[in-house]
Amino acid sequence: MDVSRDSSQSAPMTEPNPDPQANPQTGSGSTGPSLSVAGSAGRGAVKRSRGEGTVELKDLNAYYGSTHAVRGVDLHFASDKVTAIIGPSGCGKSTMVRCINRMHEEIDGARAEGEVQLDGLNLYDPRIDIVAVRRAVGMVFQKPNPFPTMSVFDNAVSGLRLSGASRGELDDRGREALVGAGLWEEVKDRLKAPGVSLSGGQQQRLCIARALAVEPEVLLMDEPCSALDPGATLRIEELIGELQQQVTIVIVTHNMQQAARVADTTVFMLDGELVEVGPTDKLFTAPDDDRTEHYVTGKFG
Amino acid sequence: MSANQHALLLDRGNLKRRNRFNKGVEVASTVAAVLAVAVLVIVVGSVFLKGVGALSWHFLTTPTALFGESGGGISNSIVGSAIMVGIAAVIAIPVGILVAIYTTEFAPARIAHPVRLVLDILNGVPTIITGIFVYGLIVVPQGHQSGFAASVALAIVMLPIVARTAQEVLTLVPGTLKEAAHALGIAHWRTTVRITIPTAAGGLITGSLLAVARVAGETAPLIFLSSIFAPGVLTEPSQALASIPIFIFQSSESPKPEAHTEAWAAALVLIAFVLALNIVARALYARSRKRMGA
Repeated sequence: MDVSRDSSQSAPMTEPNPDPQANPQTGSGSTGPSLSVAGSAGRGAVKRSRGEGTVELKDLNAYYGSTHAVRGVDLHFASDKVTAIIGPSGCGKSTMVRCINRMHEEIDGARAEGEVQLDGLNLYDPRIDIVAVRRAVGMVFQKPNPFPTMSVFDNAVSGLRLSGASRGELDDRGREALVGAGLWEEVKDRLKAPGVSLSGGQQQRLCIARALAVEPEVLLMDEPCSALDPGATLRIEELIGELQQQVTIVIVTHNMQQAARVADTTVFMLDGELVEVGPTDKLFTAPDDDRTEHYVTGKFG
Repeated sequence: MSANQHALLLDRGNLKRRNRFNKGVEVASTVAAVLAVAVLVIVVGSVFLKGVGALSWHFLTTPTALFGESGGGISNSIVGSAIMVGIAAVIAIPVGILVAIYTTEFAPARIAHPVRLVLDILNGVPTIITGIFVYGLIVVPQGHQSGFAASVALAIVMLPIVARTAQEVLTLVPGTLKEAAHALGIAHWRTTVRITIPTAAGGLITGSLLAVARVAGETAPLIFLSSIFAPGVLTEPSQALASIPIFIFQSSESPKPEAHTEAWAAALVLIAFVLALNIVARALYARSRKRMGA
């Protein structure tokens, strides 16, 4: 099976509905943006429009106590691209990604400085509700972590149900999310079975469905395949290709081949600093920075 | 390999001594384990042998006979114990679980640690002192004993047990689940109520059952608080109520041998109840640990 990227996929045709109402500040109820300073969360059938889900990091610094884990990163994540973050263990790649949905500050003693902008809106603005940030920026973790007390279906809609969605919309949106995560065909006959009864790869796709159900602008994936076998990994990588039309994807990976397979843009980090960012092909074949070259050719890390 | 190197592999000298010591520790710990099991077997066994003779349907369903007569039963004691332990559980279990939720989910470490310490100290307070305290608090102002006063004392005994076991169980809930919930934009209190508590439910029930089992046999506070009661089956907690531990205590002090046999039978009922509750609690806990992937 060929999972290398079809060049047409990253072309601008991924935007079927250019929406003039792309300004998130207006927070219009009928369109996508679910986050605004005013706090009016919109919901409904989301058609992605140009510029929705662009993430901009401006002089981002992250700390654990006195440890400076992310050092002054400026970075742009395009809305129709998959961006991979690579780098050796402890280089701050996960930490940086966790700053985008403000999960970093959940850890005791951790804090972040600088700006993370989602479609021009600073997520670290004091008026921003942190819960709304997490709804706009979803996350999938290293190990599949479906909620053990919930069925497959309840897991898929957990984010909706536990943030006050009406019963009526759960059925449709749960199904949509499971279809979106490529899981529907496999689980449609056992939606009531416990989520943890699925295989590891299916559980991870269930976690992706769970994240998609709340219709985020951005999906952060923190080494989503590190606990999976090659077959399940392949399935997730295919899924990433399908999802990029729907949501901005940022994937942290330990696996350089994976970055090469799934990402349009690759970011190389070292010791908390951004070393190089560029088109994946270029970064792996003709990097500008010696450190990048040493890393991608396996001289360290 | 030279002969000298081979010598290192032989069982002698220092190695021999270490092996002997190892054997000694193994035997000593095995003996200790056997002794612990033996104590339980002897206690349960002797209670069973001495009590089973007097145990009958009549014994379980008849109130205690009047004025030290034998031939009565323990129905009033069973009902009284159930009411007092039940009220204690209704007070202590919700409070204990809430305390645990506060310390594990909401309180910063500098508050959670002292609270934990306080619970451990409370757990160590001799129950007779808890009894005297409640005596001064409720019985003296009211002028008479009551089942309710006993319930309050039992609740105080239960509280730290419930809270500490609930803390242990709640900390077992994987952080990744809470993280996943937060990352979905689920508020913290909602994560606690809908994710953390359901995941830990089995363990929370276990802790509560163990606490009930623990206070069901509690005797010391009842001596002050609910030991002088009217004959017959009483159900009004504002009056002093009979209880199984007090029945055992009073019957065993009687000069009549039949009363002693009845005390053994009541002890058998009590111990059977406590054992059953423990077994149910363990089974639930095993299931709940499996669910949490521990």
